[in-house]
Amino acid sequence: MKMNCIRVNINDNVVTVIRDVTADEALVGKGVSAGIKTTSGLQMGHKAAVEEIRPGEKVIKYGEVIGYASQIIKPGEHVHVHNIVSGRGRGDLK
Amino acid sequence: MKFLGYIRPDGSVGVRNHVLVLSSVVCANHISQKIADALPGTAVFCHSSGCGQLGADKEQTQRTLDGIAMNPNIAAVLVVSLGCEGSSAERMVEKMQASGRPAALVRIQECGGTTAAVNAGIDIVRKMHEKCMRQDREEADISDLSVSLECGGSDATSGISANPLVGWVSDRLISLGARVILSETPEMIGAEHILSARAATPEVGKRVIKIVKDVEESANSMHVDLRGTQPTPGNIEGGLSTIEEKSMGCLAKAGTSKVAEVVRYGEIPSSKGLVIMDTPGFDVESVTGMVAGGSQVVLFTTGRGTPVGSPLAPVIKITGNPNVASWMKENIDFDASPVTLGDESLERAGERLFQKLISVVAGEQTASEILGHSETGITRIGPSL
Repeated sequence: MKMNCIRVNINDNVVTVIRDVTADEALVGKGVSAGIKTTSGLQMGHKAAVEEIRPGEKVIKYGEVIGYASQIIKPGEHVHVHNIVSGRGRGDLK
Repeated sequence: MKFLGYIRPDGSVGVRNHVLVLSSVVCANHISQKIADALPGTAVFCHSSGCGQLGADKEQTQRTLDGIAMNPNIAAVLVVSLGCEGSSAERMVEKMQASGRPAALVRIQECGGTTAAVNAGIDIVRKMHEKCMRQDREEADISDLSVSLECGGSDATSGISANPLVGWVSDRLISLGARVILSETPEMIGAEHILSARAATPEVGKRVIKIVKDVEESANSMHVDLRGTQPTPGNIEGGLSTIEEKSMGCLAKAGTSKVAEVVRYGEIPSSKGLVIMDTPGFDVESVTGMVAGGSQVVLFTTGRGTPVGSPLAPVIKITGNPNVASWMKENIDFDASPVTLGDESLERAGERLFQKLISVVAGEQTASEILGHSETGITRIGPSL
């Protein structure tokens, strides 16, 4: 099966899809465990979780922290502004 | 490694041979544009600053305009001044003359109005063209290049393919002795620890941390979430969720080299190798700052697609987004989407991009040059008074 996503770093708990994918499509990419299916359609460039991420836990891409989960995120679920927050530039919290 | 460039009397090397009309203040923009329009092939730099500025903000604008006048791609410059502005048109002329190149000044208030100033300017620029068009390209070295790195209208493909590709070329350029400038300080938020760890000296490392801290504190003083501005709405639509994610992608442009120096906006660096310039993430202002810092050519990645260019320097537009590569084809110089899709290795595409850069510095026109893009913007750090 042709790959449809990239896990940039082995420590990442998210992958980036490299083409538009539909709901219930298997995520296929290097270092991505078999059997994870998308829970919704995703546009190219968007992220899906490959592990469960609980509220407040780190979201890892490029092997670095890119934000924190604001709610529970299941494997295969879209990871974006609706369920992760930034830890930086938070003037709203100051 | 050699290429053919325009060797200036001060030893700097241009990749273009522009006669430039430089407006010293917003009040001189229209006349500057009229002069340039009368003589096709004339570069023009207009902007919205040059008066009502104070302290460090005033000095930054002056430094930028001085640098624009003296960029190695400029063969000769005509500075158009109103006559009563805060910026010093004389200083721009003196700096250019000190570099051994022709420079002249037209003062609108001394000429007696728009028409007289336009006519005086056209006379001067025509003579500059006659003189400068005789200059031939001569053998120069890649180490004479100062290459700007920029990303604008980023999406997730920028960090996955286009920026790592630029990073590959950046490392190659540095190994050949060139200077590469990374900018966009807000897009180092969340990635500053990686850059500071790569600093050539502890002082440079501290400076990286400080410029990022300063820009984050400045953003926080607005008491809103940075998200929505950085990343922008378009970045978010393209899949980028946070500034940290955008920064990690942005950082990939800088390859793996050590950070040799950190410079202020519009400042001419003294080191070769990887230099960081403290600029906004706003691409047009960032490119203007790096070109003022003496950069002759820009490697510009875009995932969403942007047409912007520079009046002084060729801008090589690179996209890793296959849709943009076809939909905005006329604005794109290099299609990196085969890397995104896993169809081409980074090394192979890097070699292709490096060859593209070599062709462009030797004279090949980029999309933004052919289409006439010449956007400019000088960033501000103080209020207008």
